[in-house]
Formats: sequence, C-alpha cells, structure tokens
Amino acid sequence: MRDVRLLAKGFSPAPPLAALARACPDAGGIASYTGKVRAGGVKVLELQHYEPLTLPGMEALADRAMQRFELDGVVVWHRTGHIRAGAPIVLVAAASRHRRQSIEAVDFLMDHLKSAAWFWKREKREDGWHWIEPRAVDHTDLARWKENSARV
Amino acid sequence: MSARIVFLGPLRDLVGVDDLDVPAPLDWSGLLEAVPPSVADQLKLERVNIACAGRVLSDKTALCAQDGEEVALLPPVSGG
Repeated sequence: MRDVRLLAKGFSPAPPLAALARACPDAGGIASYTGKVRAGGVKVLELQHYEPLTLPGMEALADRAMQRFELDGVVVWHRTGHIRAGAPIVLVAAASRHRRQSIEAVDFLMDHLKSAAWFWKREKREDGWHWIEPRAVDHTDLARWKENSARV
Repeated sequence: MSARIVFLGPLRDLVGVDDLDVPAPLDWSGLLEAVPPSVADQLKLERVNIACAGRVLSDKTALCAQDGEEVALLPPVSGG
C-alpha cells in the first residue's frame, strides 16, 4: 500500500494512519511523523511546488523507502499553499514487520522531504516574508542515507 | 514557436512574475539573456537547477528547449 499525496487544503493525520493500519494487517508496527508549523513568530507558512516534478519525486521517494526498508505500506502526505501556525505540513508513516524498518523509513523519508524534494518554503513573520533555505544539518542528515553508507 | 520559463521560490520574487514566454528553441546563453541579470547570476550558481520538459538537467548548460516546452528554474529546496 502506497499513499502519496500533495494537498492544497488542511488535513488531519488520523484518517490516513487508520487507513494504513487497515491496509497492512500483517505489519507488526507503524511509525509516523507529523510536521507542523511552529507557533510563535510565524504567522503563516507558504509552500510552493512545481507540478511536473514534486509529486513524481515524492512517489519515487516512497518507492525507494518501500524497497529499502521492506515496508508493507507507506503514507507520504505533504501540504502546499498557505498554512497557518499549528497546522500540519507533512505526514509520513511506514508499516513494517519489525519496528526498526518503520522507524528508520520515517527518518529516511523526512530527511529527503526536507532537503531533496521539490518544495520552496517561506514564512511570514512580523517584518514580512522570509524564504527558508536548508540548513547545513539538513544536508548532513541527508548524507547519512547515501546508498553505500554502512547504515541500513 | 515559444518556450515558457517558470520561476520558482525566491527566483519568482526577483522577477515579479510566475513565468515568461520566450522564442524557441532556447539554449543556455539564450536563457541567461532572457532573464533579468539578478536571475542570470543565480542560474550560474551550482545550487540552482534547471528542468526542461519535466526533467532536471544534469548539465544545465546543455539546455535546448523546443517549442511548447517548459523550462523551470529551481533554487535550493526546503520542504517538510
């Protein structure tokens, strides 16, 4: 089961998580991560995407995670457009036989969505809009998953 | 005979428009001339990518956009 979506409107993480659990009855566990807009300072966050690249890139990423971590199922939902403080931006979830695969798959998916998926993010604060660029640590996080790495 | 240049993220702010139609075929030097100098400077940086017809180019200087094709200018990404 692979459920990958770009969403122009708000969502609640509970229904896709329940659907993943139903679709993967043999999984021993499900790990998930929900990213939200931080309250405090940020009035609204905007995520731009590029239709021909963004969704196909997310689908390819989900396929890699399915294969690499031997998942029974995966959910990758990502918002676009304007998102208010406190609202979810991204949901990733993975179902697997044993816990480590699903936990690591979620980490893998988030590291790639942060700094290798086709999104551009800006925040509106008191003094106007600010583009957010990946931090050095985002690139270090991503480098952990290079295919020839000793990990996994 | 035209190609469309699509500006994304901070590059869109530099130009003030979402896209720009230019004569096709469009190559790398034609692209640098078609956009404002501030954008051309960004395009020369390694961290800015270019996609043509839905494919990210491994060598952006090999750009050759044909009639009806879209050329997307892709600054560094930030999702999640």
